[in-house]
Amino acid sequence: MRFLLRRLALYLIAAWAALTLDFLIPRLAPGDAAQALIARSQGQLEPEALEALRVTLGESDAPIHSQYLAFLGRTLTGDLGTSAAYYPAPVSTVIATGLVWTLVLAGAAVVISFVVGSLLGALAAWRRGGWLDAVLPPVLALVGAFPYFWLAMLLLYGLGHHLGWFPLRHAYGDAIAPGWSASFLASVVRHAILPATTIVVATLGGWMLTMRNSMIAVLREDHVALALAKGLPPRQVMLRYAARTALLPSLASFGMALGFVLSGALLTEIVFSYPGLGLLLLQAVRNQDFPLMQGLFLTITLAVLAANLLVDLASAWLDPRVRDGARRSR
Amino acid sequence: MTLLRSRAAATGLALLSLFALLALIGPWIAGDPSAFVGAPHQPPSSAHWLGTSGQGQDVLAQTVAGARVTLVVGFVVGVAVVALAAAIALTAAYAGGWIDDALALVINVFLLLPGLPLAVVLAAYLPPGPLTIALVLVITGWAWHARVLRAQAAAVREKEYVQAAIVGGEHPLRIVAVEMLPNLLPVLASSFIGATTYAIAAQVGLEFLGLGDPGRVTWGTNLYWAANDAALMTGSWWLFVPTGACIALVGFALVLVNMGVDELADPRLAAHGRGAGVCVATVVRRPRG
Repeated sequence: MRFLLRRLALYLIAAWAALTLDFLIPRLAPGDAAQALIARSQGQLEPEALEALRVTLGESDAPIHSQYLAFLGRTLTGDLGTSAAYYPAPVSTVIATGLVWTLVLAGAAVVISFVVGSLLGALAAWRRGGWLDAVLPPVLALVGAFPYFWLAMLLLYGLGHHLGWFPLRHAYGDAIAPGWSASFLASVVRHAILPATTIVVATLGGWMLTMRNSMIAVLREDHVALALAKGLPPRQVMLRYAARTALLPSLASFGMALGFVLSGALLTEIVFSYPGLGLLLLQAVRNQDFPLMQGLFLTITLAVLAANLLVDLASAWLDPRVRDGARRSR
Repeated sequence: MTLLRSRAAATGLALLSLFALLALIGPWIAGDPSAFVGAPHQPPSSAHWLGTSGQGQDVLAQTVAGARVTLVVGFVVGVAVVALAAAIALTAAYAGGWIDDALALVINVFLLLPGLPLAVVLAAYLPPGPLTIALVLVITGWAWHARVLRAQAAAVREKEYVQAAIVGGEHPLRIVAVEMLPNLLPVLASSFIGATTYAIAAQVGLEFLGLGDPGRVTWGTNLYWAANDAALMTGSWWLFVPTGACIALVGFALVLVNMGVDELADPRLAAHGRGAGVCVATVVRRPRG
């Protein structure tokens, strides 16, 4: 329990840091950036949008601390300002449309990659020196050196454009009405296969290597030798005695790596014109939509923090030392 | 040089030297990357070995010219990230107590902030160009290495000779620089390689998003223009394959050198062959975006 409380405190601090960065960056930026943007938008934007932009960029006469409090109050009630790229939609509405798709795509891909990668790593360590152990690590190291979005472009060109096996863009077919129908879900899966494959292939190697190395260390432990000596089935020893213990370091790095993996997933979305947060980020950059950019940063940070909390719960479940930390720790 | 005895490291260093040479003298050989030399979207031919871009520029010249800015930014960010991470890690490990706690908290918070969105927000407010990209990458990239280095430095701090130096009344700066730093060299080297790998990939990603200076030829802007000129929709694979392959090769070369550094730091890894030869590399390495 104490472990979880400590983590929770860390996440609250991180969330506050993200909020504060969101507030400070526009105000610390070289002064004329905001001025220039406002000058450029004069004419193009409605007066209300201009005023909202002015507030976001810190072009206000109020003293800085009252601006900060007003900013915190606005943001905490879910008011992230008005999007310039999707004017007059509020930023929160725009982000909500993308969030679902990113959660579905990146969430599924990251979990698949972690599970498959860890299983492969456990197998490679269990049959150390076997073909799996010899072939996969160097191949995955090479693939891991590709930028995600380049891998995405290769897959899209080869399997999508050239062979025509997969749709080229978007999350579902234009002709299908969104809903819980079988044809809609099938279309969603078909559209998600290529982007998800990109993310899985690009991240598989990292999970496999981490798992393999920690598994090799665990296999030397006495409890594994004892389990084998008792005559337990090898599969049970591998999965329940060795892999469960070896998974802990992977799980710890999973939370930390999430932010990086997500960054790659966002770029992948852009290549596939997948209507998630990545595509919104691209629109925000193209249209210099600062409120949307900042809202995206905040939303993605909160998503990463929430995912980290889930990872912590999982490690508490897997590791009794974490669960009973308060009782047993020195 | 002992590093060259490792076959992986030798291959990696050879590849890297090749690209360094390309970055250095390439633009003089391959010609002006911005000149309009022919019809747009032409496939590879004897006149243009890698075809022409969507604006009718020579893709080979652009690929070669792009190496310079991309590799220099990658290298500079690698050095800056390791310097910043080492300074913070050593301060935390040497000072201990509340300073260590505070710095550890800062590191952990920065690790939780997602890199790309933060980089986008930062870069959007600064004038576009390599300097902005480098600055943004240092801000979003240092925490991971600071964490690894802090753990190592804390272990070194407990060694008897460091304790003896402290009791002996040596100057803290001397203790950090002379007693502690040399023992961190393998981890520093590994961190540097990891940071450079990250810097190249993340830089290309940011420029691909359009946060670079589109007028400047880099590997990132090459891919940005490839996407803008609808390379995929027109089937012009030559617009993005050469640049991407170069990025992947440089990344792979850095991974190979890292393996060599690990073997150098711990000779047992080499003796065991494939064995656990990825130890430090795994600690420092991270999935990239």
